Amino acid sequence: MSQYLLRRILIAIPSLLGISLVLFTVLALAPGDPFGELAQNPAVPPEVAASLREKFGMNDPIWERYLKWLFQMLQGNWGFSFVSRVDVDVLIMQRLPATLLVIGSSQVLALLVALPVGVYAAIRPYSLFDQVATTLAFVGFSLPTFFTGLLLILLFSITLDWLPFVYQSNVNETGWRFYWEHFRQMIMPVTVLGLFQAGVLTRFVRSAVLDVVRLDFVTTARAKGLREQVVVVKHVVRNAMIPVVTLLALQMPAVFGGAVVTEQIFRVPGIGSLLIAAILANDTPVIMAVTFVFACLVILFNLIADLLYGWLDPRISYR
Amino acid sequence: MNEREMRGLIADVKAGSLSRRAFVRRMVAIGLTAPLAAQMLAYNGVAMAQSKSTYKPTKAGGGGVLKVLWWQGPTLLNPHFAVGTKDQDGSRIFYEPLASWDNDGFLMPILAAEVPSLENGGVAKDGLSVTWKLKKGVTWHDGKPFTADDCIFNWKYASDPAAATYTIASYKDVEVEKIDDHTIKVLFSKPTPFWADAFVGARGCMIPKHVFEPYMGAKSRDAPANLSPIGTGAYMFEEFKPGDLVRGKRNPNYHEANKPYFDAVEMKGGGDAVSAARAVLQTGEYDFAWNMQVEDAILKRLEEGGKGFVQLELGGSIEFISVNNTDPWTEVDGERASVKTKHPSLTDMAVRKALNLLVDRKSVQEHIYGRTGRATANFLNNPERFASKKTSFEFNVDKAIKLLDDAGWKPGADGIREKNGVKLKYVFQTSVNQPRQKTQAIIKQACQKAGIDIEVKAVTASVFFSSDVANPDTYTKFYCDLEMYTTTQPQPDPGVFMNQFVSTEAATKDNKWQGRNITRWANAEYDALFKQASGELDPVKRAEMFVKMNELVIENVVVIPLLHRNGVAAVAKNLSASLSGWDNNTWNLKDWYREA
Amino acid sequence: MAGSTLASPTANAAAAAVARRKHVTPSQEAWRRFRRHKLAVASSVILGMMIVAVLFGPLLWPVAINDIDFSAMLEGPSWAHPLGTDDLGQDVLARMLYGGRISLAVGLCAMFVAIGVGVLVGSLAGMAGGRVDAVLMWVTDLFLSLPQLPLLLVLIYLFRDSLKAIAGPELGVLVLIIAVIGGLRWMPVARLVRAQFFSLREKEFVEAARALGASTTRQVVRHILPNSLGPVIVAATIDVAVAIIAESTLSFLGLGVPPDIPTWGRILFDAKDYLDFAPHWAMFPGAAIFLTVLTINYIGDGLRDALDPRRVL
Repeated sequence: MSQYLLRRILIAIPSLLGISLVLFTVLALAPGDPFGELAQNPAVPPEVAASLREKFGMNDPIWERYLKWLFQMLQGNWGFSFVSRVDVDVLIMQRLPATLLVIGSSQVLALLVALPVGVYAAIRPYSLFDQVATTLAFVGFSLPTFFTGLLLILLFSITLDWLPFVYQSNVNETGWRFYWEHFRQMIMPVTVLGLFQAGVLTRFVRSAVLDVVRLDFVTTARAKGLREQVVVVKHVVRNAMIPVVTLLALQMPAVFGGAVVTEQIFRVPGIGSLLIAAILANDTPVIMAVTFVFACLVILFNLIADLLYGWLDPRISYR
Repeated sequence: MNEREMRGLIADVKAGSLSRRAFVRRMVAIGLTAPLAAQMLAYNGVAMAQSKSTYKPTKAGGGGVLKVLWWQGPTLLNPHFAVGTKDQDGSRIFYEPLASWDNDGFLMPILAAEVPSLENGGVAKDGLSVTWKLKKGVTWHDGKPFTADDCIFNWKYASDPAAATYTIASYKDVEVEKIDDHTIKVLFSKPTPFWADAFVGARGCMIPKHVFEPYMGAKSRDAPANLSPIGTGAYMFEEFKPGDLVRGKRNPNYHEANKPYFDAVEMKGGGDAVSAARAVLQTGEYDFAWNMQVEDAILKRLEEGGKGFVQLELGGSIEFISVNNTDPWTEVDGERASVKTKHPSLTDMAVRKALNLLVDRKSVQEHIYGRTGRATANFLNNPERFASKKTSFEFNVDKAIKLLDDAGWKPGADGIREKNGVKLKYVFQTSVNQPRQKTQAIIKQACQKAGIDIEVKAVTASVFFSSDVANPDTYTKFYCDLEMYTTTQPQPDPGVFMNQFVSTEAATKDNKWQGRNITRWANAEYDALFKQASGELDPVKRAEMFVKMNELVIENVVVIPLLHRNGVAAVAKNLSASLSGWDNNTWNLKDWYREA
Repeated sequence: MAGSTLASPTANAAAAAVARRKHVTPSQEAWRRFRRHKLAVASSVILGMMIVAVLFGPLLWPVAINDIDFSAMLEGPSWAHPLGTDDLGQDVLARMLYGGRISLAVGLCAMFVAIGVGVLVGSLAGMAGGRVDAVLMWVTDLFLSLPQLPLLLVLIYLFRDSLKAIAGPELGVLVLIIAVIGGLRWMPVARLVRAQFFSLREKEFVEAARALGASTTRQVVRHILPNSLGPVIVAATIDVAVAIIAESTLSFLGLGVPPDIPTWGRILFDAKDYLDFAPHWAMFPGAAIFLTVLTINYIGDGLRDALDPRRVL
């Protein structure tokens, strides 16, 4: 197992490099121009745009730009945004707290809701609880987040006037009011995102538990006289976790750069909206930095998931 | 309207029987800009007036926080690098120019002691120089005094090609001389009719020499003050998160007494226009929202809540459809829509006239843009009162059908008209934008009734308006038959606006499609008129030439104008926001206040 | 005498009985079990009806989809307009029937593409292990890391014109959208299938099959795959909803079908700003997407119960 781990880590580095190369090439080939707005403005002579492109090295061949970027990255320099004229790591750090708070909370919420609901629904399939949970789960993911977000805003902000819907990253309160204000403005975006993910996760948990619950060893455990709770938690859930762990590992990186629509609706200054703004403005250094971190997270979490399989199901061997 | 009529009106103003404001409004109505109209007055000896200030509060401060919402947040705060209006609006909170254009088109002095004119000797009679007298006692936010040295520095900073500033066009052809600590002289290389460009408005904001001097030329991007501005404005810098938040606090040493009213200003960015409107008009979370590109029906319903209202400002933007003179479906030397080709059907005058008749401007205005637009037949605008017989708009499907029938375009088996094997099938593109897509749907339906088949295409805005040479969907490439968008007038002077129809400006592969003549139209009479107008010093004669050029464009249906668009903002009900259609929304932030 | 021993009467009867009892193939057995799953059958019927409606509906409801009528804007359901009208006075029912073709086609086909590719990659990786697994997982990680938006832009610009030339303008764009959406959703399926394979590979029944001489392919197809369908089916239902929404996201970027084609996601997007005074406009496409997802899910449940040999129905 440790050999496997070592091998995987060693492979991770070249695979990360390979991914970064492909990412860079895709971005270089994508149409669009960071200095496009200039062309619209008749007061700006075309030489200005041309000299800017030259200055940022945009006329160099792709491999040369990639190598430059790579060396800079290795030295800890994450690049300089064309649009904001600010270091990329400063931009990312400014957005990290809001992202972790809002998007992170929604993932945690989704997990806390999906696990118990999914397990209970699977243990009593087609019961009332199951039907209700299933329907709610479907509502959760068949409606796009822009829609549910808007519904919540209409209900809680406009009609009831209970909650603010524009997220403020600086709350000028002190003491308990600080936390209360933060909480109030977080409820809606966290709910919107969490609902979507909880819907998805609940279905997977339910399906996985259903697969396991009819197996012989569960019947045996029950026959042995173990309490239902012990049977469920120690035997059923642990064996059903494999698909759930896979899915969680796939969801985790989305915290960093995934919740674009929710961030836009509630104006949460997260990394997702930074990414989309950079993509639309063709601000390549920002896009590269964010997607590179994203790629690292993807590889990391998938590795953790692979290792967890072995722990969850001891029969799995690593070849 | 011709030169004689214009001079008659100017005489009326001089005699006192017509107010300056009314004159300006009439000139705007025939399509000229307010600043140009004001200039016409000034040139003819009518003193440049200033609009009376409506500022009521009697002391500075005490107004709490002003919260404004810009649904595209500013990404940098150096006015010389500000690309779109969002960045200009953000920097304008902290920086000021020498003078600016108010809503009536008059120049209002800010850092200047008075506006230069022919009477006070500020403007030279030969059009070769302008002398500005600077206000005394103005200090930067860090306490240092503002002097003529700062103006000279701004000129040097902006005109340096190595810095690649976006304001370079206003400074590279002039020279600035220091007369004394509070007087400067701007020298032009040739007689310049429109002198109020350098140091005026959005492109004239002053940055301090003592902060930015070490960062000129190629080092300009490294200046830390790019992100923490030090200016002369009513608010001092507090915090900046690019794309998200700009915060400022009241400047206690501001150079105008009793201003500003608010203790702090917070500009939040992100989201979309509709939710921004809701935040101001429905929940009252914000006091002001910028650029409400929202259907008027929605805005009206939001206003019913009574928490705020929609404020409209007249400006120079026009939404129009360009008609391609070249053939976008044939490739010549690796270029489509090349000037070497001719469009198979759109060069037929009957087809163009028919298309003009098939655009239901009235419905588009009524049901989509509402108060935010005015249907128009002119490229430079015109309401019915001054409708020239040569340029008017009409929506008549039957007339269009008759025109096409008479010209030999008969419906084929599939209902689409054709002649000599050429079908009237067009691709009509625009940017992704709800009101625009609805407009396209309305036009498509009308054309269908007349036997013209339209394929609607929407391109994402950042691609459509880009200048990427490799991308086939940009508006300059015009690789389709019809396209629709809004041209804004970033310059108060129509000259730059009208060079879109000069044949030498045609966008081609050679100039990397940077030419401004997108329709690739070529007309000798127009070219001659334009050349004349560029050198003409008398603004009245110039105005007449612009009106003639407009008529040429419309008669030949080079473009199909749709509507003249106003600047639309959502304002909280007690807020008095001083806006101008000829400058940024925050141009006069110092004068904003809240009624008790 | 040789051969004159009488066979027992029961043996004869038994042999005759065996000959008489119908030979039930596994697929017939699966069909029987599917039929017993009431919800699955009902769902198939409903989904079938929806497909028929979008295919033939426009023939029976001949109202034009872009008949602009300013006098009838944002009206609720009525006899003239059973599902109401939108903000340009166009009939919502006609638009939903027309756009439904594209929504359903994209939703279902993209789902099949994602599932197909995902199952293939996942089973290969799960079964082979070692180097093949490492390479396939690297490809999966690569696709997972790719930012979808720039990738979409690149692909669509590269292939739009050539596809239009081959398959005609509408079909070409449709093929491209299905390929793109499906092509970006296969990764979770692959990882889920692979994980299932890891654990199922070691189970006794697989070992037994191996001992009986089953080839790897047979093991996979007959034994392991049917047992790993659980997460696949859940992923399929989710993918349908995501694909329908993704198609509308593409059109916001100007990359999908032209904006005047009223796909369900597009209608939902157009209607969102009018939620507080014309909720009917958004309700119907939302309900349609919800119904599609629901029916696919129950059909999937039915399939799983039908194919899973461990279920006792």
